[in-house]
Amino acid sequence: MTDAILPPPKKDPQKRTRTQTLPSGLRSRAALGLTAAAAEGRFMLQVCGECGALQYPPRDACSTCLSTDLPWRDIDPAGELIAETTVRTSTNTYFRERTPWRVGTVRLDAGPSVMCHVHGDAPRGGRVRIINRLDKSGQGVLYALPPEGTPHMEDDPQLREITADPKFRRVLITDARSENAVALAEAFAKAGASIIFIGEPEGWRPYPHRAALEAIPNVQIVPLDVTDTASVTELAGEIGGKTDILVNNARFVRPGGIMDRGDTVFARDEMEVNYLGLMRLAQSFGPAMRGRGADGDNSAAAWVNILSVYAYSNMPAFGAFSASNAAAYSLSQCLRAEMRPGGVRVMNVYTGPTDDAWHQPLPPPKVAPAALARAIVSGLKDGLEDVFVGDVAKDLIERWRAGAKVLEREMSETDGGGA
Amino acid sequence: MAGRTSKRMGYEGVVLAAPATTPYQRFSKETAHWWIARALRQSLQSAGLSPRDVDGFSVSSFTLFPDTAVGLTQHLGLTPRWLDHIPMGGASGVVALRRAARAVQAGDADIVACVAGDTNHVDSFRRMLSSFSRFAQDASYPYGAGGPNACFALLTDHYMSAYGATREDFGRICVAQRDNALKNPHAVMKKPLTMDQYLSARMISDPIALFDCVMPVSGAEAFLVMREEDARAAGLPHAHIRGSIERHNAFPEDPIQMRGGWAMDIDELYAMADARPDDMDLLQTYDDYPVISMMQFEDLGFCGKGDGPAFVRERDLTIAGDFPHNTSGGQLSAGQAGAAGGFIGLVEAIRQITGTAGPTQVEGATTAMVSGFGMINYDRGVCSSAAIISGAGT
Ligand SMILES: [Zn+2]
Repeated sequence: MTDAILPPPKKDPQKRTRTQTLPSGLRSRAALGLTAAAAEGRFMLQVCGECGALQYPPRDACSTCLSTDLPWRDIDPAGELIAETTVRTSTNTYFRERTPWRVGTVRLDAGPSVMCHVHGDAPRGGRVRIINRLDKSGQGVLYALPPEGTPHMEDDPQLREITADPKFRRVLITDARSENAVALAEAFAKAGASIIFIGEPEGWRPYPHRAALEAIPNVQIVPLDVTDTASVTELAGEIGGKTDILVNNARFVRPGGIMDRGDTVFARDEMEVNYLGLMRLAQSFGPAMRGRGADGDNSAAAWVNILSVYAYSNMPAFGAFSASNAAAYSLSQCLRAEMRPGGVRVMNVYTGPTDDAWHQPLPPPKVAPAALARAIVSGLKDGLEDVFVGDVAKDLIERWRAGAKVLEREMSETDGGGA
Repeated sequence: MAGRTSKRMGYEGVVLAAPATTPYQRFSKETAHWWIARALRQSLQSAGLSPRDVDGFSVSSFTLFPDTAVGLTQHLGLTPRWLDHIPMGGASGVVALRRAARAVQAGDADIVACVAGDTNHVDSFRRMLSSFSRFAQDASYPYGAGGPNACFALLTDHYMSAYGATREDFGRICVAQRDNALKNPHAVMKKPLTMDQYLSARMISDPIALFDCVMPVSGAEAFLVMREEDARAAGLPHAHIRGSIERHNAFPEDPIQMRGGWAMDIDELYAMADARPDDMDLLQTYDDYPVISMMQFEDLGFCGKGDGPAFVRERDLTIAGDFPHNTSGGQLSAGQAGAAGGFIGLVEAIRQITGTAGPTQVEGATTAMVSGFGMINYDRGVCSSAAIISGAGT
């Protein structure tokens, strides 16, 4: 059984922070299909479009019929652990620092055998289920779990390498004034976060849920205005070295597109908060987080952006807001690339209309703050990179993948509440 | 095999001669080119030939990059009319023999020098592993980066649970080979190995422990393929090729490797050689890990599938024993010189059946089987080969 991890000791400032080393990130182009599926936590393999044969390792041609039509499909994750080993010496520094490391061969019920990481509680020679997750180099890897949950299974040291579990980690949530703040803080408290910093802009202006925030265990309200570089820099100077998970929750939302707005005032605010806010936070907190990716049980683990799913395809009724999110989405890809050497994950959580004042005219379904918070915490526990919350976001990304241009035309007809 | 009706042509009139081993070193500052040149020179000198006499050249190496056999012709001043580069690692020796023999038989070349060699720099093993093959890069190296140790640990673990083999059974193979190596002055391993030492060695990748692993070294091996009449005219001891097989990616449907390609072709090998397992005076298997030698005992017909553990308990695998196996100490005790690991058994077998093995000589040996196995492309060895050769003995 997995040993529960203990609260990490206070850091000795004399000690050198362990440099993040990485497992090999080299992959063929075909193998990146596994990585793309892992970003959403899906176990997918190539299935021949002509003869139906399952392929592994990823290929450029079917090993049964030589067809080059090899689309990725969700696969039954059940299998049997038919062989295993514990690697005690490795040629790769990342693994060398983390041995012993359990590896096995799993024969999938669906057909092929796969080499995979093996959870400590997976029974020798027994049934397992495979998950596909991103490793520290940001590449998809297969991992065998026991068929059912076991006590503290999330604390398995090999599993913690591929997740960003909030347990014993220190979280910064921006924008205390947002409707999401209470739900987020509650969700992180429940997940075992040791400190929950909540950034509060314009502290002199009262807002209704401040008392509720203060009542949540381990919450510390700190001044933070993401539109003010000095404010962001100042807070990073104080807590940047102990921010393990950052939730970029600030956003500025107003309805409207181009011609129904007479000026660029709101557009400027949208960019200040939604795009430049991310940039300021990343410039101030990013370097310290990237440097602490391997800093023990409370290492820096993840950066979370809450984005509108209309970053993918503009919703004209909120056209300028969509554009600011498209900019933030693009910047998040840049942040991901810059954080990767430190082994720190950038998780984007895409949501459709949220249940708040600015989306009040839109029809349901809308995403409630509690649902958003749940999705964020479970995404971190699962180690995901892309999370689509709610029916609108899930439906939109499906349609975007089917055809971005078709979706663009559809979006101009809708009110954004889902087709 | 199924569907094939025509009988294969024999290798009459073609022989193997001038076996050469350049003594191995743990690490070397030299290049693969240097090692290959040394072995080639040694082989030619022993045959009384000069580089100008070589009109066929076959090379196997992992560390020649960015060169191949092509670059070596200019580098070494050879002008062959037949050239081959065999990227099959542990299967390359027998495969080189097969191809070269056909070239000589057909008159495409008169004398083919087959050489394998690699250097071992302090960091070259790690570099090679991370980019060994595309499937290894994508689907095995990211999982602990244990390299071949981890892959063979999985095969060994599975073999043990399937057939009840114990670590001691594998230990018998390793201990016997060390005993053989002590008679080979060029073996890298110089100290005796007891079963207790084998069993108490530290784990590398369970159930693979220290003495189940080969030591990567620098080294090179070579032999010549030529017409029998030429060998006789020069007074060279030589070996005849009685039969040979090779197979690649056999049994892809096996969920994990429990047998190699030999199992597909072994009947053909014995038929071609008109021989039976009992006729072999010695066996040289590819031995990067003992489990694969045990599978070869089975797949080459010396015992049934799953009977490997009982076989090693009953037989004596040393030079003086009733089943001489890997008489030079094999890779496990003489060292693994990269692609030369695919030649070590063949070159030693040529020495054995021509009565020139010196201190490791099996008394009265005239017939030998040599098998090769190579290239863990992902989860299993893809290439397999084997040959039966015989000579005049002492
Ligand atoms: Zn197919």
